[in-house]
Amino acid sequence: MPWDRNQMAARAAEELEDGMYVNLGIGIPTLVANYVGDKDITLQSENGMLGMGPFPYEGEEDPDLINAGKQTITELNRTSYFDSATSFGMIRGGKIAAAILGAMEVAENGDLANWMIPGKLIKGMGGAMDLVAGVEKVVVVMDHTNKAGDAKLLKACTLPLTGTGVVDRIITDLGVFDVVEGGLKIVETAPEVTEDEVRAKTEATIV
Amino acid sequence: MKKVFATADEALDGILHDGMLIAAGGFGLCGIPELLIDALVKSGVKDLTVASNNAGVDGFGLGKLLETKQIKKMMSSYVGENAEFMRQYLAGELELEFNPQGTLAERMRAGGSGIAGFYTKTGYGTQIGEGKEVKVFPTGPQGQPEHYILEEGIFADLAIVKAWKADDTGNLVFRKTARNFNPPAAMCGKICVVEVEEIVPRGTLDPDHIHLPGIFVHRIIQGEHEKRIEKVTTRSREDA
Repeated sequence: MPWDRNQMAARAAEELEDGMYVNLGIGIPTLVANYVGDKDITLQSENGMLGMGPFPYEGEEDPDLINAGKQTITELNRTSYFDSATSFGMIRGGKIAAAILGAMEVAENGDLANWMIPGKLIKGMGGAMDLVAGVEKVVVVMDHTNKAGDAKLLKACTLPLTGTGVVDRIITDLGVFDVVEGGLKIVETAPEVTEDEVRAKTEATIV
Repeated sequence: MKKVFATADEALDGILHDGMLIAAGGFGLCGIPELLIDALVKSGVKDLTVASNNAGVDGFGLGKLLETKQIKKMMSSYVGENAEFMRQYLAGELELEFNPQGTLAERMRAGGSGIAGFYTKTGYGTQIGEGKEVKVFPTGPQGQPEHYILEEGIFADLAIVKAWKADDTGNLVFRKTARNFNPPAAMCGKICVVEVEEIVPRGTLDPDHIHLPGIFVHRIIQGEHEKRIEKVTTRSREDA
């Protein structure tokens, strides 16, 4: 049984250690916050906040308090606010221990593409290029194949890159993979998912 | 010199010209200078280049200046929330220069700090790095060489900024995540015009808690803000 979105998020939460400052991307990565349990994790939102709290109760939304996905959120008793230049100072400066983000494609050398489909999707990279350039550990959480069933773990990315050689670990619905010398290494597979199935759905070299 | 003006129109009087470069604060619709944007629409100034993380939404924020086609070029990191923007861009009516978010913020901070350029790892090996000078520094964990690209500071003709409170000397205090790009945008403007929710008497802001000193601020207005929320997201009380 492949993992569902919540199981992928729960698996990604295992990557986080007590005391870490972490940036979570939009989509499945946002769900990771639900699975950190008792670990002391501080969430960074790159629009200028450390110590991001949960969504507000209805009627308590504050237009001055949003996350990087533009959603209303709340603060905690540990929260700090800062401007965008300071925010990316901590991101580029290597102060953020881990970033968990989505992807369109990942190559076997750790190249990442997640910001643009030429002629189709022109939204922009937001903070993704800064995050992958500066954060110590970059974990990608994504479906193993696209809607058409094509591999997303490739020998080389076909879409415009977000960063080169930046991805450390990939968590898909089929398993967990590390970027190592020569290709991707299977760390674990989802229950009842075989290595043969993983290989059949992966273009990247599996070592 | 008196910095406080009665209206946004008066605050922008005499400092606008076609083709100018404007740096704008705000992230999404949070902390945007909505009153000054309205005044820019009214002024009719055109062929603007606007450095702003986002481009507003249809009908609000910078989206208004797009509808009137007063913007020639945007310098932004993310423009996905605006259909009119996409239409103009795909029709070739609007130029777009993508900047990684941190690079855009630092370009403003640098320009406002007298720094003409800086090297960053962000964007190396991507489209963003194409045509830019590459330099190698021994900054890896064990001193390994790493690649950096040269990015230039932004020196804007005008900065338009939203803060929470100001005194009449221009000392500013922002509120929560509405701070975002406002301080770096303010810094990089040759002239910086700020709109606030409240102008307070001198001496009532704690000097230790000023987020941006008044030296960066030239003109101030106070006004009513709509403060539209882009994505209202809540949890139910039962979840608690």
